[in-house]
Amino acid sequence: MITLTINKKKYNIDVAPDMPLLWAIRDTIGLTGTKYGCGKGLCGSCKVLLDNSPVQSCVIPVSAAIGKRVLTIEGNSQNLQLLQESWMELNVPQCGFCQSGQLIAATALLDKNENPTDKDIEDAMIGNICRCGTYQRIKKAIHRTVELKNQHS
Amino acid sequence: MRIIKNISRRTFVKSIGLASGGLILGCNTNLFSDKNKTSSKNLTDFNPNLFVQLNSDGSLVLIASRSEMGNGVRTSLTSIIADEMEADWNKVIVKQATGDAKYGDQNTDGSRSVRYLYETMRNMGAMAKAMLISAAAKKWQVPESECTAKNHFIVHSNGKKISFGDLVEIAKTLEVPTDVKLKSPKDFKYIGKNLKSIDVADYVQGKAIYGLDKRLPNMKFAAIVRCPVTFGTVKSFDKTAALKVAGVEAVIEIPRIEKPFGALGGVAIIASNTWAAFKGKEALKIDWDYGENKSYDSENYMKEITANVHKQGKVAKDVGNISKAFKNAHKIVESTFQLPHLSHAPMEVPNAVAWVKGDTCEVWAPTQAPQTTRKEVVDYLKTSEEKVIINVTFLGGGFGRKSKPDYIVEAVMLSKNLNNPVQVVWTREDDIKHDYFHTVSAQYLKASLDKNGKVTGWLHRFAMPSIVSTFSPGVDYAAGFEIASASNVPFDIDSMKIEVGKAPAHVRIGWLRSVINIPHGFSENVFADELAIAANRDPLEFRLNLIGKDRIEDTENPIKYNTARLKNVLKIATKNAEWGKELPENHAFGLAVHYSFYSYVASVVEVSVINNKLKVHNIYSAIDCGTVVNRNTVKAQIEGAAIFGMSLAFYGKITAENGAIVQNNFNDYKMIRMNEVPNVHVEIVESSEKPTGVGEPGVPVIAPAIVNAIYQITGKRYHNLPLSDYGLV
Repeated sequence: MITLTINKKKYNIDVAPDMPLLWAIRDTIGLTGTKYGCGKGLCGSCKVLLDNSPVQSCVIPVSAAIGKRVLTIEGNSQNLQLLQESWMELNVPQCGFCQSGQLIAATALLDKNENPTDKDIEDAMIGNICRCGTYQRIKKAIHRTVELKNQHS
Repeated sequence: MRIIKNISRRTFVKSIGLASGGLILGCNTNLFSDKNKTSSKNLTDFNPNLFVQLNSDGSLVLIASRSEMGNGVRTSLTSIIADEMEADWNKVIVKQATGDAKYGDQNTDGSRSVRYLYETMRNMGAMAKAMLISAAAKKWQVPESECTAKNHFIVHSNGKKISFGDLVEIAKTLEVPTDVKLKSPKDFKYIGKNLKSIDVADYVQGKAIYGLDKRLPNMKFAAIVRCPVTFGTVKSFDKTAALKVAGVEAVIEIPRIEKPFGALGGVAIIASNTWAAFKGKEALKIDWDYGENKSYDSENYMKEITANVHKQGKVAKDVGNISKAFKNAHKIVESTFQLPHLSHAPMEVPNAVAWVKGDTCEVWAPTQAPQTTRKEVVDYLKTSEEKVIINVTFLGGGFGRKSKPDYIVEAVMLSKNLNNPVQVVWTREDDIKHDYFHTVSAQYLKASLDKNGKVTGWLHRFAMPSIVSTFSPGVDYAAGFEIASASNVPFDIDSMKIEVGKAPAHVRIGWLRSVINIPHGFSENVFADELAIAANRDPLEFRLNLIGKDRIEDTENPIKYNTARLKNVLKIATKNAEWGKELPENHAFGLAVHYSFYSYVASVVEVSVINNKLKVHNIYSAIDCGTVVNRNTVKAQIEGAAIFGMSLAFYGKITAENGAIVQNNFNDYKMIRMNEVPNVHVEIVESSEKPTGVGEPGVPVIAPAIVNAIYQITGKRYHNLPLSDYGLV
């Protein structure tokens, strides 16, 4: 039995310790907001935060998450919520499939960098593929989030 | 005010059932299909369709009959109804249609959802509104002419008003009008404006349910090993090791179904989770009969089809006198273009859930073609249509891949075999290796210039496996629709000849976002740029002259193309880019313009090449797609098309060795990423013409514009893609 803490909730699951975290989240626990895109850590669709750090859950064994906090797109975090609002304001998604991973990557960026430059955004988001090509709006939405945060602080 | 004439003939309308106590309207949407499109529908049939359901609480359920794959149809189609109905958008609930002929054509491809359904959806809304006005007039005992609809209410001229919901009981007893008035475009509330996607909140919270997210009680997960060579078959297999993988429950061989959308066949792993199914695949040992495509080698094949365009081909068009033009030429220019296969690679891999119970079946799948899917399932189960339900989930991208329901047939085969709900999931490697590939092509262009730099003759030969080969094995020449974009090249040239060369298919060929316009848009735009250089003219001035005087080109298409609109988008894109202005050192502009899916798109790209490294800084695109329904969607599609076009220009290349596809995943089939993204500037031409395509026409112009810009910096002309082959990216 493995105990995972996902979005502040504990789950006891009976899976092999080498099962990638992605499949424990999607198939065993049933949180389907985290997506399978490549299975090789190449596209970022499966990103989650593991103790605040972005990881590609398709290549991280579930055992690596034991005793750590996992945040998925269904979870709560201040930066995630603010980013989601900007994503909606700028109507970022097209098909939407990669956006969970994009939002998690952006959350990780803002968690450690309050005023990212374009270059910072490119570095933080380079691991996330969007086949629809929403990159330009993603970049704008991250800047917009920072702008709104700075207005309110 | 526009009045629909002969409405009873054009749109057969009737009120039908009273499900949920609401007011429901239906119509026959088939009447708006392209006349040339092959369709099994008899257009005189009555097929009642449901698009509008108003509930007494005021909530308004509108049906989206087309698939949502990032194209924004769930928002655009329903907003057309809501606008004509004077409904409050905040009260709209969008319901996805199942695959059913009663909705008319549901194939979400060909950039045609809005252009097919614009008028139909307007009529649906207008009829609902007319009935609500009648209902209010009846209730108040006043003339209908004194009542108007406004924001989910009917208002009387004396000031009293009643909500839509409160009129349901009366409205549903009324006859459906046979003649309704449509709004004047100046009164549109939603059409032509920027509406956000109705699903945006679900997307950003991970709540949108794609095919891959569908779960049923006791559902099994399945992954399939397919033959590396197209249409190869299983000789024998050893499942011992696979069955030892924890979570693997069964190993089942499935046969190939020899149909265009039939399953490829192979060996399926049935497991309790996706990962176990994937691991089970790796543990399988299979001995294959590779079949007749085992010698397919894309490098040799390219030589073969290139040789075929360097000799006389089948003549598809011959106007003027090309021999004379070439003989009298002041200058001759000739070039050969080679473009590789592409894979669609939507972010969501092909997948489907099927649950077969006896002779009935329910499917949940991301599909662009729900009715085709239904037919395939009916055929496979040898059952009848009413026993098969095709639920359309969100699609994590489609680009044409999900028009082909082979992956859904696989799920049905396995569910029937296991008597259990099954989800088939393709790995990314499966997706890239077993696609219906975008065709590979060789093209040869030759043109003559007179001493004034005018083009006098144009010869375009091409050889590429046809999409038709997927439907009629053995077809080895391009079909009419694949020739059209070459023979309709919008250049004012007296002598023009189009020839096609032989090109047999060795993989499944399918349509990919903008289809034949990728190779033709590339060669025509790059070659026109070469002619401008040869004529020593500015590419913009040269191109405007090459397109020539304003005229309507008489093609066989229902919408003729207009050279004035083509030149207009080119003028807008170049104006926005400030064509001709001085750019930083090692920067340059390149342009391309193309007509496809009845729309006009031009793009100007600003690139730099420094130390043989290419960077795209800006893309200025202009589109004329007639009447715009959702400006936001049009803009987003053109932004996205620019990135899609860049991906294929930079990296897109699928190759085969010994019949097997070489590429695996996003490591060797690369996509544009955030660090490579230019600023994409989009201008949409204001127009009251009929709405035309949006999803695809933004793609074909990108690669040639980039190649043309590179030439301005380096003097090197790249006739082949991708550019990664030249070390530029």
